[in-house]
Amino acid sequence: MPRQKEELILENHNRDGVDRRGFLKCMAWAGTGALCVVKGGILRSYSLSDPSALAAGASNGELAFVQISDSHMGFNKPANPDVVATLQAAVDKINAAPVEPAFLLHTGDISHLSKPAEFDTVDQVLRSAKAKQVFFVPGEHDVLEDNGQQYLDRYGKSAKGSGWYSFDQKGVHFIALVNVLNLKAGGLGSLGPEQLDWLQDDVKGLAASTPIVVFAHIPLWTVYPEWGWGTDDSAQALAYLRRFGSVTVLNGHIHQTMRKVEGNITFHTAMSTAFPQPQPGTAPSPGPMKVPADQLRSLLGVTSVDYVPGRHTLAVVDSSLD
Amino acid sequence: MKKVILGAVAASLLVLSFGISRDSHAKPAASEPANSSDKYQIKIDNFSFAPATLTVPAGATVTWVNQDDIPHTVISTDGKEIKSPVLDTDEHFAHAFARPGIYAYYCSVHPKMTGKIVVQERTPSRPR
Repeated sequence: MPRQKEELILENHNRDGVDRRGFLKCMAWAGTGALCVVKGGILRSYSLSDPSALAAGASNGELAFVQISDSHMGFNKPANPDVVATLQAAVDKINAAPVEPAFLLHTGDISHLSKPAEFDTVDQVLRSAKAKQVFFVPGEHDVLEDNGQQYLDRYGKSAKGSGWYSFDQKGVHFIALVNVLNLKAGGLGSLGPEQLDWLQDDVKGLAASTPIVVFAHIPLWTVYPEWGWGTDDSAQALAYLRRFGSVTVLNGHIHQTMRKVEGNITFHTAMSTAFPQPQPGTAPSPGPMKVPADQLRSLLGVTSVDYVPGRHTLAVVDSSLD
Repeated sequence: MKKVILGAVAASLLVLSFGISRDSHAKPAASEPANSSDKYQIKIDNFSFAPATLTVPAGATVTWVNQDDIPHTVISTDGKEIKSPVLDTDEHFAHAFARPGIYAYYCSVHPKMTGKIVVQERTPSRPR
C-alpha cells in the first residue's frame, strides 16, 4: 500500500507530536498568521494571535523572522475590495508582536497585475514595518508581460538569473528560488536547469548541520497538481538538500496554510494578506474565495519563524489578521 | 442563403489571394455551415478555456473573454501564432486565423490551462 505510506508521517524527527492527526490539526489552522523562530537549527512557529505562547516560545530563539505572502496589490474584486488595508493590518500585527523579527520574507504575488503603482504601494506599506529588511521572491503575478524584467529591476539587482539568491543570518542559510517563469503548457511551477545548477553549487560547501531555509512562491512539494499547485523539477532541488539535518521550505501561492514533513524537510505554505483560496478540490477552481466580510481577516495572515540552536527544526507558526 | 454563400466564396478567395492555404497537412474542409459574422467566442472561467477545443473555418476570428477574478493569457504552445496581452477580468482578446491547422495554446500564468483551435480550410459551399 505505497499510497497509504505516502500519506503518513512515519518519522517524527521533531518529537513535537505532529503525526498525521497533528498535521491535519495544523491544516485546520488555515486562517492564522505566524512568526517563525529558528532554535538550534529548528524553525518553530508561533501564532501571532496567541501572544502569551509567542512570548514564551519565541523569546529564547536566536533568530526570528516573519513570512508574508500574496499581497496581490491591485486586486479589487468582492473577495477583498481593500487589499491595502489587509496588508497594513498584517504589518501592524507584526509590529505589535512581542518578538521583533530580524527581517521579513515576502513569498511573491506582491502585485496583482505587475503594475508599477502596485509595487509602489506595497513598498510604501512595508515601510511602516519595524523590520526594515524585506527579502522577496516573485510570484507569477509579478512577472506578467515582461518576463520579470521589472521585478528584477526593483528587487533583484544583486540576484542571479531570473532573481534567485542566497544569504546567511545567524548561521542559517537562506535560499530564495524563482519558480514562476518559463512555465510550460500543461505543467507546474518550474525552476529550470540553470537555477538547479546554481543551487547545487550554492550549498556544496555547507556543513550538513547548517540549518537551511528555502523560500519560493509556488509550493516545492506537490500540493494539488490539478490546480497547478506544485513545481515540476522540485525533486531535483530537494535532492541537493536532503543531506542537511534541518531544511524548512516556505511557500505562498495557495493562500492557505499547509504543512508536510518529509524526512528532515518541513514544507509550509503561508496565508495571503489579500484573499483566501479554497482547499484543494473543494471548488471548481482555485479562484479567490468570497467569504462573509466579518470572516475575511480570519483567513488572511502572516507566518513567523523562530530558530533556536540545538533543536532539530525551526518553529513555524501562522496567525490570522483577526 | 445566397448572401451567405457569397460571403464564404469571398472569404476563401481572400485566403487564396494571400497564398496562405498551403498547409498540406490540413484536412479537407468539412462543409460546415458558413458563419457570416465569423464570431467565435471562448470563455475563460474557473481557470479553464470553454470550449477547450474549438473548430473554425480559415479566416475566422476567435475572441477570448476572461470571466475570472484572476488575470489570464492566451499564448501559443509553440510561441508562434497567438500571443495575447494579460487579460484582467472582463477583458477580451481577438485573433484571426488565416491558415488551416491545429493551434494549441495555454495560459502562461496558469499553464495547467490549455486549449486548441482547429482551423479548417474553407471551401466554397455547394448546394446539396
